Amino acid sequence: MHEATVAQFILEAISAEAKKQKARPIAAKISCGVFNAINTESLKFAFEAISEDTVCKNLKLNIEQKPIKAKCKKCRSTFEFNLHESKCPKCRHDDFELLPDAPLLLEEITFEDK
Amino acid sequence: MRKIKVRRKILIANEEYAAKNRAFLKERKLPCLNVISSPGSGKTTLLAKTIEMLKGKLYIGVIEGDIQTDIDAKRIRKAGAPAHQIVTDGACHLSAAQISQAFHKLPIDRLDLLIVENVGNLVCPSTFDLGETDKIAVLSVPEGDDKPAKYPMIFARAAAVLINKIDLLKATNFSIKRVRADISKLNKSTKIFLVSAKTGKGMKQWCDWLENLADNKRKKLLKKTRRLQ
Repeated sequence: MHEATVAQFILEAISAEAKKQKARPIAAKISCGVFNAINTESLKFAFEAISEDTVCKNLKLNIEQKPIKAKCKKCRSTFEFNLHESKCPKCRHDDFELLPDAPLLLEEITFEDK
Repeated sequence: MRKIKVRRKILIANEEYAAKNRAFLKERKLPCLNVISSPGSGKTTLLAKTIEMLKGKLYIGVIEGDIQTDIDAKRIRKAGAPAHQIVTDGACHLSAAQISQAFHKLPIDRLDLLIVENVGNLVCPSTFDLGETDKIAVLSVPEGDDKPAKYPMIFARAAAVLINKIDLLKATNFSIKRVRADISKLNKSTKIFLVSAKTGKGMKQWCDWLENLADNKRKKLLKKTRRLQ
């Protein structure tokens, strides 16, 4: 639901970089932890709608969803958290700490050759 | 084609405001709770009852977030607490910048506890850090017992979960056992309270916990200040 807000921030960040590079951006890679609750399709749709009259028109957004990680309180190993199997895969202990979600990140931008 | 590595946080503006808010609250030794739930879970009734029950013990201030109207802030004021309403005009969550402006609309230096009632929504508010001390989730019986499994984000990060409207348990097939099991898969240290803001059942335990939280926060912060002196 907050994809429109996020799309606006992405647009501003890419546009600023495009101005610096004096080139047209054609693709960008975004990554985010799954608990950021970003729906890939909604974000693409929102971005397409707001970038219509900007330098980012037709830019291809590539969104990578990163799994959330947890740390076992017993053996201290770090593992990918899975709601359906919420146990440490190493020692089978079920008490763990969920680690902070990966932030929403603008990873890289691809520019057209001048 | 040229690729440029950026690695820039997209919500950096919100994070910066959240960090400022956290510092502001710390300086004042003021605990702040960010209360998150679906619309209609009974958050405002719950807060109004909490304020009434803690009158004379904790001076609570409330920041209300809603898409439209100041109905909620009025209800909180009627219960006896200062309240400031933020109207988000369609936005599905409160942002840290809105909170930092709202601080000064309340008698902030006299408060023992600040409560932010976020926009009714189980998804978006859980991803926007406001600089709060703790997140609290409210789930009401008529919503169904599958919510922690379907919306794990907020339940995984909440210091406490209130299951409200337990007076309606008999009318539904809501299983408290299932909710407990699903929450414990996400977070074993979350405190779960079974309450009915309407009948008052379970409210004392919740209010005692709040009082304790506010006292401990203050003591902990006081100790730190003393150590620094």
